[in-house]
Amino acid sequence: MAKQFTPKVVTANALLSGDAVWLTEDDRWTGYIAEAELLMDEAHADVRLIEANMRQAEISGAYLADAKATIHGPLPTHFREDFRTRGPSNYFHGKQSEA
Amino acid sequence: MYSYNEFDEAFVRTRVAQFRGQVERRVDGSLTEDEFKPLRLMNGLYLQLHAYMLRVAIPYGTLNSGQMRQLAMIAETFDKGYGHFTTRQNIQYNWPKLPDVPDILEALADVEMHAIQTSGNTIRNVTADHFAGAAADEVADPRPYAELLRQWSTDHPEFQFLPRKFKIAVTGSAQDRAVIAAHDIGLQLVERDGEIGFRVLVGGGLGRTPMIGKEISAYVSQADILPYCEAIVSVWNLLGRRDNKYKARIKITVHEHGIDDIRARVAERFAQIKPSFSGVDQELLAEIKTAFAPPALPVRGTDGFEAAKDANPAFRSWCDTNLTAHKTADHAIVSVSLKKQGATPGDASAAQMRVLADLAERYGHDELRVSHEQNVILPHIAMADLQEVYAALRAVELATANIGLISDIIACPGMDYCALATARSIPIAQQIATRFDELKLEHDVGPLKIKISGCINACGHHHVGHIGILGLDRAGVENYQVTLGGDGTQDAAIGERAGPGFSADEIVPAIERLVLGYMDLRNAPEETFLQVYRRLGMEPFKSVLYPDKIGARDAA
Repeated sequence: MAKQFTPKVVTANALLSGDAVWLTEDDRWTGYIAEAELLMDEAHADVRLIEANMRQAEISGAYLADAKATIHGPLPTHFREDFRTRGPSNYFHGKQSEA
Repeated sequence: MYSYNEFDEAFVRTRVAQFRGQVERRVDGSLTEDEFKPLRLMNGLYLQLHAYMLRVAIPYGTLNSGQMRQLAMIAETFDKGYGHFTTRQNIQYNWPKLPDVPDILEALADVEMHAIQTSGNTIRNVTADHFAGAAADEVADPRPYAELLRQWSTDHPEFQFLPRKFKIAVTGSAQDRAVIAAHDIGLQLVERDGEIGFRVLVGGGLGRTPMIGKEISAYVSQADILPYCEAIVSVWNLLGRRDNKYKARIKITVHEHGIDDIRARVAERFAQIKPSFSGVDQELLAEIKTAFAPPALPVRGTDGFEAAKDANPAFRSWCDTNLTAHKTADHAIVSVSLKKQGATPGDASAAQMRVLADLAERYGHDELRVSHEQNVILPHIAMADLQEVYAALRAVELATANIGLISDIIACPGMDYCALATARSIPIAQQIATRFDELKLEHDVGPLKIKISGCINACGHHHVGHIGILGLDRAGVENYQVTLGGDGTQDAAIGERAGPGFSADEIVPAIERLVLGYMDLRNAPEETFLQVYRRLGMEPFKSVLYPDKIGARDAA
């Protein structure tokens, strides 16, 4: 039996600031993972990643990250991706300071 | 210290202009990230978890006050008001915006600094003993040789696409403060029959396959050192494993071929290239040496120093831990701790950098050093001035009396910043330092080096920590492995793994058990952690680290 696909989000770093961004269903780059498009199908996820990587003037290094559905929208499942939604733990810098 | 000549100036300015154009083309979409990435890495610009990171070279860790002030200006103007000093004597800015980076590089060029070859498969920043030129135990100042190597390796056409990165460290003392045995080439200045030469180690390194450097030559003369180093890099450039990046470093080449084979190949290559060194390098070296002439240190005496210590216990404590013997009796080497308990190891604010610059200018013959242990050194301070220096440092929270103690922790940026990290390092360092400060045990514990890396690449030098901590991702959870008995000095040793790792919640209590256990095991307060480990081995430390496991085994 084929392994069940883990839902994904397309994420990258914004070209100018380097900050973490996620791809929305309406093709925006957002700083909030909760607004990201949660990709439930592997083939669709691959297409969305290709589309994201074509937007080189906006972002760098797009990739698919595991995520889960919640009532607040997609959330990360791995601590690395969770840190990217907030910023570092030693200073109140990054996204956590901008919310 | 060394000043740029016309060639250096033109080279750095040209690179800034080139990179400005490259950034413009990246921003307007003419360059893809795949095309741009090797260009930005050549200029020290990384992309991390939350932002870009710019790694600025501080050759052999030496700065003047003007350069330190410029680093402060950059931190304030282009970053978030601070910089992070690294284990390779560099400084990293964690929050630059891509369009600002050419301006930052221009500002660095204004004070004869750059970020060239702080990344990529090139010869990286040449590091040196941070007490160079001041240490009482020194054969000679290693920095002129480090500068010669820097000039030789910068943009060296043969060595821009090496199998992997390549790191060189130089020490002028038998007491190794530059961790030369953990470098691709480690150079130790030695004296033989009245002549200064080099003992040469090769194939040291940390990372996923830690190795202690092996002696390839007991003595190479000054006149031969540059062609000899070139021969080593040249031999490895051909032999090195380009098929597998994890086996590409020279330590693997030396391990696979054996030191005798490498020595023979280097000798052969040296014989080929030596005639092409016409002596220009030696003329250059002579010029460089004049730039590193020791500062004229007037006799100042030590009047009032002992009385000041008697009058102020905090000042006494700081003197006891943060001063090192200078080669002149009435001066001291001051180590300024960037490790206030609970702070991020190696970070300095712009305000703190300016105070350090002011102190260097006023009291310290305009010299500052960055140590691989992520502290800042004022290498030539008259003992008569120490009280004033201490007071100024204390006013900006830079007078922590903990050099060489348990809270003087090396920690890499870890997963708070680094895209390669597998776990966080900084919070663990903060918690350990804070905990032992609460226990008021730090000075009772005595000399103890804890080093923390957030991944197997070992930027936090955990392999050579008396206690090493390695952060890993175990099934999606941060997990910390402990190694014991590592040593980064002339008695270099790789730490031995103690056993299963600990969760983020368990690691600080585990370190506390370990240290309290050591205090029970030592024969006298003077017996250090490392000495006890060498006397007793791993077993008693395992017992305190894993009490439940031992209990279960006893019960079984």
